[in-house]
Amino acid sequence: MHNILTSAFFRLFSRHRQYHFSEYLFMKVLVCISHVPDTTAKINFTADNSAFDKNGVQFVINPYDEFGLTRAVWLKEKQGASITVLNVGTAETEPTLRKALAIGADNAIRVDAEAKDAFFVANQIAAVVKEGDYDLVIAGRESIDYNGGQVPGMLAALLKWPFINACVSMEGEGETYNLVREIDGGKEKLQASLPFVVAGQKGLVEEKDLRIPNMRGIMQARSKPLEVKSPVDTEAKTQTGVYSKPAPKSAVKMVDAENMAELVRLLHEEAKVI
Amino acid sequence: MSVLVYLESWEGNFKKNTWESAFYAAKTAEMLGTEAIGLCIGNLNEDPSVAGQYGISKVLHLEDAAFNSFDANNYGAAIAEVAASQGADTIILSGTFNGKALAPALSINADAALLTNVVALPESSSPFSVKRGVYSSKGFNILSSDASKRVVVFVPNSLALEAGEGSAAVESVNAGAGDTKAVEVTEVDRVKGKIPLPEAERVVSGGRGLKGPENWGMIEELAEVLDAGTACSKPVSDMDWRPHSEHVGQTGIAIKPNLYVAVGISGAIQHLAGVSASNTIVVINKDAEAPFFKAADYGIVGDAFEVVPKLTAALKEFKANN
Repeated sequence: MHNILTSAFFRLFSRHRQYHFSEYLFMKVLVCISHVPDTTAKINFTADNSAFDKNGVQFVINPYDEFGLTRAVWLKEKQGASITVLNVGTAETEPTLRKALAIGADNAIRVDAEAKDAFFVANQIAAVVKEGDYDLVIAGRESIDYNGGQVPGMLAALLKWPFINACVSMEGEGETYNLVREIDGGKEKLQASLPFVVAGQKGLVEEKDLRIPNMRGIMQARSKPLEVKSPVDTEAKTQTGVYSKPAPKSAVKMVDAENMAELVRLLHEEAKVI
Repeated sequence: MSVLVYLESWEGNFKKNTWESAFYAAKTAEMLGTEAIGLCIGNLNEDPSVAGQYGISKVLHLEDAAFNSFDANNYGAAIAEVAASQGADTIILSGTFNGKALAPALSINADAALLTNVVALPESSSPFSVKRGVYSSKGFNILSSDASKRVVVFVPNSLALEAGEGSAAVESVNAGAGDTKAVEVTEVDRVKGKIPLPEAERVVSGGRGLKGPENWGMIEELAEVLDAGTACSKPVSDMDWRPHSEHVGQTGIAIKPNLYVAVGISGAIQHLAGVSASNTIVVINKDAEAPFFKAADYGIVGDAFEVVPKLTAALKEFKANN
């Protein structure tokens, strides 16, 4: 019931959006959540090197996504917004979505499919965005498992929405936002109007500001809606093959702290890096 | 069919990174038995025909006010249009900030597969497959695609650059910016003389062992004599001793320099994830048990405040004699 009422409320608001330029907008924000191995996890592959070995690995919200989620919670607290968190994955990702709900999202959507590749995932998210009438999508710059950095930009291109990658600041109210993105050797300030896609990282909020689920949040998260959707029909464009680990380093060569000339000689003659 | 490479410029100037892209494209074209064409976008202060030295046969120059400032969708649409007009089925980008930002839009516009975080030249042409870094450099995967077109984004410093003879013909080209509303860039703020970390050939990095931001002078001096970029560990950026943009590691920037010098960094697994792809790692730490030594090529156990100035002095002496 709560769900039906709030979504009717959003629709009413979005229809009247054009009359509310000077006021805070009640936004519908979609935050994309990747379910990834914990940053301290030891990475191993299955015996035939065809897949990541999940044995004994704890999964967490992708760290880059956490900054975006907290930023969305700020939007909600400052100016009113509803936050939907989304994951494309199998049922095993649900604890991660529940954690996002405990941090402050209002509802969750899981598109029930193996995330075959970024193109597949971006198409799933695009379908959810089109159906849900969202104003803003926040994702992480990349996921710390596949390190592709592809989904947010593909999503923006599919939706024909502006895209801000490596975003470190997003401030604004109403339709227009001032954003800052990292570029080679500096920063770029820019403006964009809703709707747009942000691929965020630290800076969107600071590390110390990251929200951690508290007991009340965890209890509330249990009863928040988590909708499971069927995937839309899309073919993947890439196929993963054999995994491998980096070659082990040869033993470290210790150099006496008093003999930096020797280190310089080694860097020049042996490593050939100077 | 041909290979198209985006030859990125910064305020009209090329960098070594640009020529690495050119060389990567030429080597890929060689493997595919075709030619490599370069594309420059925006006003140029330098002559792009130099790309010929790296194996590029022709350079197309797109100059249009629509591309004066960067927009991921606009640039992606334009490069896709040029690729189509040139019959290019393989498009090469370097993983710079703008390269990474525009690659997804380019792949959608060109209806191409996207292969990113690629750490070496392509492995094979049929199916097209590449070796890419996964799990923040803790692993690699062979990724393949049987799509008819593909965009490859390689990690800067993935191959040794070789310059030969030659000069590329330069022609102007036209392309549209697509129909997505662009962002409006209001200010570009680049730190003068600062070497961007993703492409830096040498990096000097400081950790908590430096005790406070006031002690970064010696890191900067060492970086200057090495012609290196400066970086830091996560705790250092979290404590605001140094800007976020210098944080290297799993949740910061992943780098692949020739030389990485870590000062006062213990070497947590999250830090190693972002820097272990470095060719040569030097670790300076007063704790002989610091885990970073296991990942290092050269280790110095000692007080950073004594070792770093001595190393800087030794490097200055080396430079004076070589």
